[in-house]
Amino acid sequence: MRNRRWVFAFLLWFVAFWRIEAFKFHRAQKTERISGSAGDVLEDDPVGRLKVFVYELPSKYNKKILQKDPRCLTHMFAAEIFMHRFLLSSPVRTLNPDEADWFYTPVYTTCDLTPNGLPLPFKSPRIMRSAIQLISSNWPYWNATEGANHFFIVPHDFGACFHYLEEKAIERGILPLLQRATLVQTFGQRNHVCLKHGSIIIPPYAPPQKMQAHLISPGTPRSIFVYFRGLFYDVGNDPEGGYYARGARASVWENFKDNPLFDISTEHPTTYYEDMQRAIFCLCPLGWAPWSPRLVEAVVFGCIPVIIADDIVLPFADAIPWEDIGVFVAEKDVPRLDTILTSIPIKEILRKQRLLANPSMKQAMLFPQPAQARDAFHQILNGLARKLPHDRSIYMRSGESILNWTAGPVADLKPW
Amino acid sequence: MKQLTALQQQGRRSNSFRSNSSPLDATVDGAIKSPATIFWLFLHGLCCLISLVLGFRFSRLVFFLLFSASPSPSTTTIYSALRTTLPTVSSPPERNVSVDSGGSRVVVGRHGILIRPWPHPDPAEVMKAHRIIERVQAEQRSQYGVKNPRTVIAITPTYVRTFQTLHLTGVMHSLMNVRYDLVWIVVEAGGTTNETASLIAKSGLKTIHIGVDAKIPLLWEDRHKVESRMRLHALRIVREKKLDGIVMFADDSNMHSLELFDEIQNVKWIGAVSVGILAHSGGSEEGDLLMQESDADEKDEKKSKLPVQGPACNASGNLAGWHTFDTQPFVERSAIYIGDRAVVLPRKLEWAGFVLNSRLVWEDVEGKPVWVKDLVEIGKDGEDIESPLSLLKDTSVVEPLGSCGRKILLWWLRVEARADSKFPASWIIDPPLDITIPAKRTPWPDTPPELPAYVEEVTTIPENTEKRPTKSGSKRKRSSRSKRKHNAKVLDIRASTKHAGDN
Repeated sequence: MRNRRWVFAFLLWFVAFWRIEAFKFHRAQKTERISGSAGDVLEDDPVGRLKVFVYELPSKYNKKILQKDPRCLTHMFAAEIFMHRFLLSSPVRTLNPDEADWFYTPVYTTCDLTPNGLPLPFKSPRIMRSAIQLISSNWPYWNATEGANHFFIVPHDFGACFHYLEEKAIERGILPLLQRATLVQTFGQRNHVCLKHGSIIIPPYAPPQKMQAHLISPGTPRSIFVYFRGLFYDVGNDPEGGYYARGARASVWENFKDNPLFDISTEHPTTYYEDMQRAIFCLCPLGWAPWSPRLVEAVVFGCIPVIIADDIVLPFADAIPWEDIGVFVAEKDVPRLDTILTSIPIKEILRKQRLLANPSMKQAMLFPQPAQARDAFHQILNGLARKLPHDRSIYMRSGESILNWTAGPVADLKPW
Repeated sequence: MKQLTALQQQGRRSNSFRSNSSPLDATVDGAIKSPATIFWLFLHGLCCLISLVLGFRFSRLVFFLLFSASPSPSTTTIYSALRTTLPTVSSPPERNVSVDSGGSRVVVGRHGILIRPWPHPDPAEVMKAHRIIERVQAEQRSQYGVKNPRTVIAITPTYVRTFQTLHLTGVMHSLMNVRYDLVWIVVEAGGTTNETASLIAKSGLKTIHIGVDAKIPLLWEDRHKVESRMRLHALRIVREKKLDGIVMFADDSNMHSLELFDEIQNVKWIGAVSVGILAHSGGSEEGDLLMQESDADEKDEKKSKLPVQGPACNASGNLAGWHTFDTQPFVERSAIYIGDRAVVLPRKLEWAGFVLNSRLVWEDVEGKPVWVKDLVEIGKDGEDIESPLSLLKDTSVVEPLGSCGRKILLWWLRVEARADSKFPASWIIDPPLDITIPAKRTPWPDTPPELPAYVEEVTTIPENTEKRPTKSGSKRKRSSRSKRKHNAKVLDIRASTKHAGDN
């Protein structure tokens, strides 16, 4: 009898102690682990899982282009340049092409800038073609697989369609020579010609040091409900609206311009980064293309991204569960945006903030120099590693050829 | 958004590189194909001509509305219809290239701008959003804020005077916004009064209202001394009642920021914060003061820096000394008695800049540091205790707060009304105001003013000034605008109807 009472008392104490432990653990946990559809892969280390061979192209494809315009290092398409630099000194690089799993061609196709700083894509297909012709004639690896184990970084508006106007890009389609290669691009939209199956979507480049310099104390209370700074109407190209952003940005303006909860305007304040850190939701609507650096900024500053772009595919979608982190609003639901945002249960909002506070989440969106663990460079390599091992069928039998070297508009066939 | 059509066409075609390869090529190609496109081209040309004539973009939607023959369109549908131009009507078919490989719903081309019928904030949503914001901020506070908040014990010496309501309401509202538990000890000179009691009862805070027998003297120096004694008395109450928490001195005319209350939670035993000194000069002296300051600027001396009292730190963040207020430039013109129109100077170190752990004044508690004197020994001989530093045997143990005194968390200000000013005991004006000057047009039907009475009104005004005095006069004395009108009371009253908005 006495024994049983003792055991009972001990069990009670044990349970109470355990509950308190659990409670304390829960309270101390401020961030949550992130695991996407591919599992808990954000923190994987690609070193040792793949080998990349970097082709040595003449400097007219990379260094000379950069020398002509050093602005390419700071604009949002700078990922192609930094990825090249990263791979040159990375442990995954191999100098022996026979043991390489992936082949990288360092060609900067997004570096022909207008005086305003926007890249012109008119020569890009020719540059790419010329580079591929070079590697296919100097090395046997392109012809062996017709590019199936090669990857290219094409961070332009619509990826390898090489045009800034969406209809033109759709007309052109992906460059025919790249139809078997893996494309690493910022553009992602489901059921779109310019998104090939198996592409790796990356975030646009945002300058990490600049963002770090504007960090404020995380205890600063978040008092702005919704924040957005940017154009609503692109007056130069689409004055009456409806074309730019498929009318979604104009709709945001017309519906919420007098709403005190929505801090939206076209200004360029110097406190842009600080303001994002004082906001709960940050709008990331589409523009001429569905992707934008606002997503990166929102994630780094802990502001929940409200993504208004139908069918968009977000960066590293298999590693990051974006539905848990951001809020997706269909373009036709924009007039009800305030209802949608205020009806999200508070527990959801707090959970999203915890996920955003996870440092691996922020690291995965950045391209720091020099590269750090778990940053976007490593996520790209992780993505490439997840596609290994290559299927035997990618190797061409001798004499067989799938690529049509004369396909595409006539202007593209001119040598560069 | 409305631009001339010509500019539009130009903007589309040539200015921006985005439209370099314009859709015009597509339409030209298409024109050869079918009569439908020729018809559309013709319609397009017609609309362009009409737009050129009218001067704004002429929406082809009008044709659609004319031909659709809807009997009585309601305003809402018209509103949304005008805004949403259907893609098939207003653009030639070539422009609309839809991607249907895999059944995409997303279509390139001109879409309507969707606007809901009442595009204005909905109060229910606004309230929900504010609740969300509050909850998020509470979560932030629990993560990054103070872990174990302690009760704040605020000690305020006060006495009944013209500006008491003004000052005390300010402190009261600051304290009401503090997010921690609060005990407010109000020490009143001349015994507790009903006015003060009713005022602080409105706060809803936990208050301890005690009276001290001394009356506030007329000279500022003596007033400072009496206030110190009142604060010591309050500390004795803390000791008797064994109130636990952080003691801070909230003088009734100071301005406190809410960050101050968050910052003082970090104090261990005794801490010091930086106090900004607003050495206000009353009345016409201000012109001289400004001139003097500009002279100082020319001489490029340190007087141009903001006067701050507080801890000074060395490079490693430890207390190295004290910043005090330099009374040099004001010494000739400092105020002597309360209500004097001159600069009121603070003392070397104000009580308000210090915060104490209440256990320092308790009788015997373990863990009490050795460097603190017992409260009973201080002030019992009636000597002047200038600042809480007299409580310490060793002043180097004071912790500098507010990132080592760099943040100014409260502002010291002493403003009092002239000694002869009368004041309303409450917010009721009794007897009620008479009409001194009838308005030319009243909003309600009334008997029109008789002209002869106007002249009499003017002569009776000086008598009226005594009854309804310088309540407005003394208040306006504070604002610099009223300097000029100070002596001309007659003009004041007449002008009061115009300037009522200023005050």
